[in-house]
Amino acid sequence: MGVTGGSALKQGLYKLIFYIVCILIAVVMFLPFYWSLLTSLKPDDEIFAMPIQWFPKHLTFEHYRKAFSTVPFALFFWNSLVLAVSGVLANLFFGSLSGYAFAKLRFRLNKPVFRVLLAAMMIPGIVTMIPTVYVMRHIPFAGGNDIFGGGGNGLMNSFWGIILPGASGSFAVFFMRQFFLTLPSDMLEMARIEGCGEFKIFWRIYLPLTRPALATLSIFTFQAGWNSFLWPMIVLNDPDKATIQMGLQAFSYNFQTDYGPMMAGALVAILPILVLFLALQRYFVQGIAFSGIKG
Amino acid sequence: MASMRKVERHEARTAYVFITPTVLLFAVFTVIPVVMALYLSFTNYDVLSRNDWVGLENYRRLIDDSLLWKTFKNVFLYSIIFVPLNIIISLLLSMLLSRAWRGVKLFRTFYYLPTLTSAVAAATVWIWLLHPEFGLVNGLLSYVGITGPAWLSETSTAMLSIVMLTLWQSVGSNMIIYLAGLQGVPDYLYESARLDGANKWASFRYITWPQLRPTTFLVSTMAIIGALQLFDQAFVLTQGGPANVTKTPVYLIYQQGFNQLQMGYASAQAFVLAVAILIFSLINMRVSKAEESII
Repeated sequence: MGVTGGSALKQGLYKLIFYIVCILIAVVMFLPFYWSLLTSLKPDDEIFAMPIQWFPKHLTFEHYRKAFSTVPFALFFWNSLVLAVSGVLANLFFGSLSGYAFAKLRFRLNKPVFRVLLAAMMIPGIVTMIPTVYVMRHIPFAGGNDIFGGGGNGLMNSFWGIILPGASGSFAVFFMRQFFLTLPSDMLEMARIEGCGEFKIFWRIYLPLTRPALATLSIFTFQAGWNSFLWPMIVLNDPDKATIQMGLQAFSYNFQTDYGPMMAGALVAILPILVLFLALQRYFVQGIAFSGIKG
Repeated sequence: MASMRKVERHEARTAYVFITPTVLLFAVFTVIPVVMALYLSFTNYDVLSRNDWVGLENYRRLIDDSLLWKTFKNVFLYSIIFVPLNIIISLLLSMLLSRAWRGVKLFRTFYYLPTLTSAVAAATVWIWLLHPEFGLVNGLLSYVGITGPAWLSETSTAMLSIVMLTLWQSVGSNMIIYLAGLQGVPDYLYESARLDGANKWASFRYITWPQLRPTTFLVSTMAIIGALQLFDQAFVLTQGGPANVTKTPVYLIYQQGFNQLQMGYASAQAFVLAVAILIFSLINMRVSKAEESII
């Protein structure tokens, strides 16, 4: 009796310590969110008060109003949304189209081309950054260019310069291929015997079966597009085309002591991903685990 | 027989049509830039007027470029602190949360939340978090009687601030990757170890750690590639300062290429960085391999 009682006590103590540690870490991870939310809702005199006021006496939306009125935050938000959603749609379509081809169709260059795409994922982004700008400027017929790609700005300072380079990412192709591999091939043979066209087989039969993978891929692509900073900053010069990340950076640089509106802006920039995450949580976790194991 | 071959040809033709958009985009935005990357580093390309071959001039110049080597020193320092801490913390978190107790899923969600934030938004929040007088970190430190430093404006703590910020942002997703890796470790290994009288540390050292080696290799490779290309956080949080202690190679390449339009020279710098990334990835691979033979 004494032994089991002792081990039950030990077990209980062990659990208690476990939960205390977990909660402490959760607090550390979550505090920056709470802190920025708190700051964005406090009036200025409470922001600059010591000791820290953990629960504001007055709530105000003044900082949000200020953030949106001093810079065109709503426009930046919209620009980022357009870019991120276009990136998602392009990657879903092109990624699954070629992922399907690599997984389900036999052709001589299947393995070699796929290997090259995969190997290219290892190339650090910095290597291609400057030459890609060169290529962008010299795309024929784009942005006032002539047939030889001279004379104009090409795709620079245009949304296409952000959408096109990432429109069919190697990750999307790889990810979709792995998923198509898990689907049986006999449906393909059957549909062919029935006289179904190749694109229709892909679009009507196989694509609907990949819905979970498409959900995961859209989340990742959206997050990458929404959060990207350096490349949009290089491509887009026109202030009206700036993304929310660029707008936020400029704001925090120009209004260095205006912490209320700064936090309001940062939270607005985080919000879409947060909402997406809370709505589609299981796809997030599946996706990382998947890319981790198979990557 | 003839009809078989016809079907195969038809299938191959379909496949080539399906992968055409991906291959075309890949050729224009990856293959051409990679080939051009080296070429541009031998020119004095400046976007506007010049694009002449200058031979080894850029490389000769960067040997004496003390700022460039300082930025390299900075990211090496950053990587040496960041990469091991990143691995240790995410592994510890995953081992903490690998049990099926109540609330574990909720903790995982909390630890994962910071990885959703964009670098710009997170850095914006941390500027305020690390405010010397009214920031959260120094506020908390003052509860225990410590006067915190001016984190972002002192040369000794600026890089440490970036380490803290990037750790906060990255341990959550690596934790998920490790959790997936832990699921792949067969239970019977632990059971037979227990029968052999192995303690907790021994079963970690001789089962968990070696079994997770592929996962650690993946996590560390990605961390190294990312760390050596640090930019967003350094650009927003500290703007490379104070006294250039947080200026990184990508930051310098960005300034050289896009502010001063010395793209040829910036390409040479980018090439050197790419070689450094390659070397460190190879060293990492060697270390992972070496560990195999010991165990």
